[in-house]
Amino acid sequence: MIQNAVKSREAILALAILAMTGLIATRFPGFIRPANLANVFNDTAPLIILALGQMVVILTRCIDLSVAANLALTGMIVATINTVAPDIPIGLIIAIAISLGALLGAFNGILVWKLDIPPIVVTLGTMTIYRGIIFLVSEGQWINAHEMSEPFKHFPRATIAGLPVLSWIAILCITLFAVIVARTPLGRAFFAVGGNPNAAVYTGIDVGFTRFMAYVFAGALSGLTGYLWVARYAVAYVDIAGGFELEVVAACVIGGVSIAGGIGSVAGAVLGALFLGVVKNALPVINISPFWQLAISGSAIIIAIAFNARAQRQKGRVILKTAEHAT
Amino acid sequence: MSILKKLLTSAVIAATATAIAGSAHAEDKRIALVVKALGIGFFEAAAKGAEEAAKELGDVEIIYTGPTDTTAEGQIEVINSLIAQRVDAIAISANDRDALVPALKKAMDRGITVISWDSGVAPEGREMHLNPSSNALIGNMIIKLASDHLPDGGDVAVLSASATATNQNTWIEEMNKVKDNYPGINVVATVYGDDLADKSYREAQGLMQTYPDLKAIIAPTSVGIVAAAQAVTDAEKAGEINVTGLGLPSEMAGHVKSGASKSFAIWNPIDLGYSATMIAYNLATDKAKAEPGAEIPMGRMGSVKLDDNNEGAMADPFVYDASNIDEFKDIF
Repeated sequence: MIQNAVKSREAILALAILAMTGLIATRFPGFIRPANLANVFNDTAPLIILALGQMVVILTRCIDLSVAANLALTGMIVATINTVAPDIPIGLIIAIAISLGALLGAFNGILVWKLDIPPIVVTLGTMTIYRGIIFLVSEGQWINAHEMSEPFKHFPRATIAGLPVLSWIAILCITLFAVIVARTPLGRAFFAVGGNPNAAVYTGIDVGFTRFMAYVFAGALSGLTGYLWVARYAVAYVDIAGGFELEVVAACVIGGVSIAGGIGSVAGAVLGALFLGVVKNALPVINISPFWQLAISGSAIIIAIAFNARAQRQKGRVILKTAEHAT
Repeated sequence: MSILKKLLTSAVIAATATAIAGSAHAEDKRIALVVKALGIGFFEAAAKGAEEAAKELGDVEIIYTGPTDTTAEGQIEVINSLIAQRVDAIAISANDRDALVPALKKAMDRGITVISWDSGVAPEGREMHLNPSSNALIGNMIIKLASDHLPDGGDVAVLSASATATNQNTWIEEMNKVKDNYPGINVVATVYGDDLADKSYREAQGLMQTYPDLKAIIAPTSVGIVAAAQAVTDAEKAGEINVTGLGLPSEMAGHVKSGASKSFAIWNPIDLGYSATMIAYNLATDKAKAEPGAEIPMGRMGSVKLDDNNEGAMADPFVYDASNIDEFKDIF
C-alpha cells in the first residue's frame, strides 16, 4: 500500500516536471534543447548531491541545517590548500574535501547521538560555527579565480561522454545511495529508526549510531559539494551558498521525504531537486519579475507539502460500526 | 576575607584611577568605521584608508567594525554598542536607508558625529553623506565601459544585485537617463543575481540563452561581475561577450587575463575610507560644519562640496584593464 503510494507520488512529480518543462518550452523553445537540459542537470547537480545526504538524515527523524555552511567551510579550506600548494593532485583534494566534510558531519552526529540535543538546535548551532570558522580561516578575504590552479578549476567542467564531470559525480552519488538505501542493513536501519525508533531498538538497531551515520553521510556529501562548488564558480568567500540549506530541505520535502521521518526515496529526493532546478533555471529565461520568482518557488513547496499531507494521512479503521455515523 | 576585600577594593580604586587618568590623558578622537559586513574585500580596503588618515591626523583611533552578515539588525546592535563606548564619530555604510535612522539619531543626541558613506542613510539619520562618486557619473561610466569596446553598437544586458538594492537601482536609473548618448547600444534586459554567486551565474547563463546576439553584460556589483565572467568563460564566449561594470581588481584579475572582461571600474575604496575618516574628524572637531553648500576638506583627496541633501561626491570611478590590473590586484 505505502509502497504504491510512494511510487505514484514520484510518478506525479516526474509528470509535473515534464509538464512544467513543456510549459516553459512554449515561452522559450530553446529550453528543451538537449544541450540546455544537460546544462540544467549540471546546474542542479550540487543540489541533488546535498539532497541525497539530507534525505537520509531526515529519514531518521533528524534534520541537518549545517550542510551549506559545511559546504562553504570545506570549499574555503580546499581552496586555501590549493593556493598554498597548487601541485596537490585533484584526487587528494577530493579525498580531503570528503573526509573534512564527513568530520564536520560527525561532529553534528556526536552531539545528536551522545548528548541527545535536538537535531535542529545542534545543526542551527554548527551552521553558525562553521560559517564563523570560514571567517577565521580566510580572515574575510576572497579566494579568486586567478589564485586557484587550472586543474583545480577544470575538474568539474571536464566533459566525459558529453556530460561534465560534475553531472557524472551526481549520477554516481545517486547510484551509490540507491544501493546503500535499498540494499544494505544500514540503509534499512535509516527507515526503521525514522519509522518507529522504539521498535527499531527492539530489533537490535542502535538508533543513535544510525543517526550518527546519517550525519556522516550528509557531511561527506557536503564536503564533496564544497570542492565542486568552489571550483565551478571559481570563487570562495564566507557567504557562498548562503541559505542553500533551506533549498536542500525543500528539495527533500518536494520529493516526498516526510519531515516526520521514515518515509522517502532516492528517486523522490532527486526529482525534488530537479523540480527546483528546473524552476530556478527557467525563471531567468522566461522574463518573470524577480519578486514573483520567490513567490513561485515558495508556492511549489507548499503545494508539495499539501500533497504529502494528503498522501500520508493515516486512514483510521472503523472498529465500532454503530458509532461510525454518530460523530 | 577582609584581606581579600581590601585587596579587591584597592584594586578597584587603582583601576578607576588609571581609567580616569587614561581618559584624561588621551584626547584621541575615536572614529568608528561601520561597514555593511566584515569580511568583504572592499571594506577591508576602506579600513586601510581609514588607518592611513588616522596616521596622518595623529590623534585619531579607528574602530573598524560591522556585523558578520549584511543586515540592518546587525548594524543596529553595532551602533548601540558604539554609543555605549562613547565614540566621537560614526562613519557608516548602511545596509538599510531607513532602519538605522532611530539608532543613529540616538547617537547624534549623545553628541556623536554621524556621517554615512558608500551606502547612505536617510537625511534625518546623519549629518552628511559621502558618495564614492556621483550616481550620475557611475551610471554614465558603466554604459561607457560597455560602449568603448562596441564601436558598432549591439545588445547589452544588466546583471544587478537584488531588485531592492538602493545603490544598483540608482546607478541603473542614471545609466538609462544617458543611454541615448551612446547610439547603437541597446539595453535589452535587467536581471537580478541577488549578490549570490550561483544565482548570478545562472542569470548570466539565462541572458546568453535569451539574447543570442548579446555583446556585453554590465554588472554593477562585485559578486555579479565575477559570476558573470565565469559563466561567459564556461560558455566559451570570452572575447565575444564583454563582462564589465563595477568590481574589485583582486577579484577580477583572472577574468581580465582570460579576456572575459576587457575593463571595469571602481572607485578606490582606500580613498573612500580615508576621506570618510577625514570628514568625520573635521566634523567631530568642529573644524567644519555639515550644511548645504559647505566645503569639507578631505586631506589629500581635496574637499567635498555638499548639496541640498548634505550629500557630496568624492571622485570619478577609476577604470581598470589589462594594462593596470597587475598593479592593483594586490592592493584590494
